Amino acid sequence: MIAFIYGIILFAFWLLLSGHFDPLLLALGLASVALTIFLMKRMNFIDYQCYPLLSLRFPAFLVYIFGEIVKANIDVIKRIMTFKGESISPQLIEIPLPQKTDMGRVIYANAITLTPGTVSVELKQETVIVHALTKEAADDLSSGEMARAVPDQVIDKAEGS
Amino acid sequence: MIIDVLSWILLVSGGLAGIAGAVGMHRFPDFYSRLHATGITDTLCAMLILLGLGLQAGLTLAAFKLALIFVFLFFTSPTASHALANAAMHGGLKPKLDSAAAGNKP
Repeated sequence: MIAFIYGIILFAFWLLLSGHFDPLLLALGLASVALTIFLMKRMNFIDYQCYPLLSLRFPAFLVYIFGEIVKANIDVIKRIMTFKGESISPQLIEIPLPQKTDMGRVIYANAITLTPGTVSVELKQETVIVHALTKEAADDLSSGEMARAVPDQVIDKAEGS
Repeated sequence: MIIDVLSWILLVSGGLAGIAGAVGMHRFPDFYSRLHATGITDTLCAMLILLGLGLQAGLTLAAFKLALIFVFLFFTSPTASHALANAAMHGGLKPKLDSAAAGNKP
């Protein structure tokens, strides 16, 4: 089922990239999509880990993260322009990593790094070490608001993987 | 006409964001805080410039490809920043921390 959804997404992707609609090229595109899906299945790439990307919370997360990025950017630009030696207060904090799936963790760590003012430095089993430019950014992150927004679905991985 | 004006506003503000990032890179005191300044160039600057170019392109395949550049940039740039920060940390580079917060270092 997931493989079928991937196939449709991939074929739409191929169509948009190529812009050709001849029967021959369409057939070749379909064949390449089928090959890709086959290889993904062989490599066990289609598994429970991909679910966060397909969950319904992902679009909401995108909207949220773009808002956060713009806000954080404006804050950092302000600090650059008014920098007098004490407008920044670099911190090194360790915050919990509540996500259950690897993909959820990757999304969370990347989201931390994407918002200027915080960079994830090191991922551990249960926590992530973050370098924050300001105390406010560090406090913001410790509140765990972003961690809750990250899509993270746990599927029973008993079947298959 | 309106679209032209809007896209120029976006392009110019994107350029200004890039300049702000560059200025920040020179003004901040150490490696890690400079990484935050380059984050502006990675996100807001790229976002605004690509959006402005997309408005110029209109609803074409070129606009779609610009959107694709945007998506890939948003996957790769945090990975690169993380790799840099992680390498610096493992290399033993100590960040300059705020003196008040030096006590609760992990």
